[in-house]
Amino acid sequence: MAVRIAPIAMIFTACNARAPTDGVVIDFWGMGREGEVAQQMMPEFEAEHPGVHVHVQQIPWTAAHEKLLTAYVGHVSPDVAQLGNTWVPEYVALGAIVPLDSLIKRTPSITANDYFEGIWATNVLGDTVFGIPWYVDTRLLFYRKDLLAQAGFPAPPTTWAQWIAALKAIKSRDEPGQYPIYIPTNEWPPPTILALESGSPILKDGGRYGAFDDSAFKTAFHFYLSLFQNGLAPKLGINEVGNIYQEFERGTYAMWITGPWNIGEFRRRTPADFQDKWATAPMPGPTGAASGVSLAGGSSLVIYKASRHPREAWELIEYLSRPEQQLRFYDLTGDLPARIETWRDTSLANDPAAHAFEEQLHRVVPTPQVPEWELIATRIFDYGEEAIRGGVPADTALARLDTEVNNILERRRWLLDRPHRHEGR
Amino acid sequence: MSRAPGERAQARAAWVFLAPALLLITTFFFLPVVTGLALSLTDFDLYSIGHPDNIRMVGTANYRALAQAPMFWSALKNTLYFAFVGAPLSVLAALAAALLVNSRLTKWKGFFRTAYFAPFVTTLVAVAIVWKYLYHPRFGLLDAALGAAGVHAIDWLGNPMWAMPAIIVVAVWRSFGYNMLIFIAGLQRIPHELREAAELDGAGLWARLRHVTLPQLTPTFVFVGVITAIGFFQLFAEPYVMTGGGPLNSTLSMVLYMYQEGFRWWRLGSAASIAFVLFALVLVVTILQLLWRREET
Repeated sequence: MAVRIAPIAMIFTACNARAPTDGVVIDFWGMGREGEVAQQMMPEFEAEHPGVHVHVQQIPWTAAHEKLLTAYVGHVSPDVAQLGNTWVPEYVALGAIVPLDSLIKRTPSITANDYFEGIWATNVLGDTVFGIPWYVDTRLLFYRKDLLAQAGFPAPPTTWAQWIAALKAIKSRDEPGQYPIYIPTNEWPPPTILALESGSPILKDGGRYGAFDDSAFKTAFHFYLSLFQNGLAPKLGINEVGNIYQEFERGTYAMWITGPWNIGEFRRRTPADFQDKWATAPMPGPTGAASGVSLAGGSSLVIYKASRHPREAWELIEYLSRPEQQLRFYDLTGDLPARIETWRDTSLANDPAAHAFEEQLHRVVPTPQVPEWELIATRIFDYGEEAIRGGVPADTALARLDTEVNNILERRRWLLDRPHRHEGR
Repeated sequence: MSRAPGERAQARAAWVFLAPALLLITTFFFLPVVTGLALSLTDFDLYSIGHPDNIRMVGTANYRALAQAPMFWSALKNTLYFAFVGAPLSVLAALAAALLVNSRLTKWKGFFRTAYFAPFVTTLVAVAIVWKYLYHPRFGLLDAALGAAGVHAIDWLGNPMWAMPAIIVVAVWRSFGYNMLIFIAGLQRIPHELREAAELDGAGLWARLRHVTLPQLTPTFVFVGVITAIGFFQLFAEPYVMTGGGPLNSTLSMVLYMYQEGFRWWRLGSAASIAFVLFALVLVVTILQLLWRREET
């Protein structure tokens, strides 16, 4: 098979590389806006490394996962790629990407301590590092300062109890059609974050079984459902709200759990006199700020095993990881930098909306590092939606979720417990 | 019973002429189908790529897992809903359009034929995107028209109840032009004398349609019915582009589910089993249609 496909693969790479035939060509795959911006950052790298040309391929986010997989199967992988950090375990299991430990050891400018702990952890499987964080992403509260203050809460809530009290106080002032909080019913992050906060490992036994029927997840799930059942959140998916920014401005919703890209969206899409009415706050936790954890999201840079120029590929990662490049990337995209040092720059340090993110990023937890995670994540909101909108009792939904996830993980259990195993880990 | 030498030479020539086509069909059709069937009996997935020793023969486990997966049952239900509502609608629309376009009273026949056929040759994805705008709850033409008539705006694609009907409308609109052409061909095949004789016997418009035109169209009906049903069971691009299978999986079709299993999660064994369930379904429906038609004629 490989013999037959190799010449085709060579034709493809030859077509991709419109660049000089002498010297080294590095294929870099970036996604969506990040891929577009990466293109702009390459001339400086190429000037610094004569004879190296980087060919940036931009792939849309919605098709990224499929494209990266089919490229690997078809032997047309890039040298370096941007990978959603929850995908790292999958590509490790495939054997598609290389361990980076020896390279990191030789590169003083990249150490684990330069990065947010929870974010770095998403790239580590066992004791081996497979990716370098490029930018970070997490979820927290966006809220209406004025509405919260009017309801008697001058500061954002830090505990679940305060949170519920604030939501109820806002609810008492709401007009019909208004809700204190908007949580899209078809997103997995909100229920997952609440579960992580209440201490659920989500999967147990080394990722062999679901932990959805256990008390920690149950507590979080009941809390999540209560927001909808008590009329604190509308039973609407993300595509069922026309213009969320406008609704937020109108006061239809006073809070929203969402990510850093919305800092820019709020500034762009809402009028200037609205800007002092919204703010961000770290997630409230069940027992206070310390338990207010959130997701360790973002993208990492990885090197493919099939790369013929791993040295240059690493140089590219090293270049993109420099604090000044991280800052430039933030300026161009609004994606939050992964290196802690970058956050001391005035553009971030003086931004009140970014401040909550910095605080939150010190309290982020990776989701279970199993290749099946993406699939499991979609199942979490499937069953959540069933309980919210389909009228299935909470415990029944959780029992079904647990059964289905255990079925999904059957394969993994078999591989892990087999004497000779071929899977990454 | 030995055949004449000339006949044998002829048979050999026939095989030679058939060989290239047979070879191509075998390589690109039968082999993949057999491989697909074999695949559906394994647990081929992400872990198996590059590690063939991780593949297990699991027998009917994929099929049994499907039977337990709520997503599969919604996909099946949605596909049946789509096919049993959409396909007859498409056939009826095509028949009506064909009768109108073929009528002696119609002018600019060529124009109408082309206009009705145009959606069929338009890129499906482009069509789906345009319809997505038409259905938009705030800026869409459809809701603007309803608003003018005093009806509240409906979020067609965001509402679990309306999403599938909205998709059916798109699919019917896109597919009826092709069936219309076939019906026109069928109509033109009907001898003039039959209609004239009926007219002389005093048969009205309706009686002529019922007792002359429709019976004469039976073979066309069989063909159109089978082709349309097969096409409608393979619903994919419309929900893929317009709704992604949502909301609440209300537009998740069998093929979209198969695509997600196969290329999103890379569970190829499971995806192959979905393909064969769909195959069995289409086969049963086609056989039923043929039997039913045979009984009628």
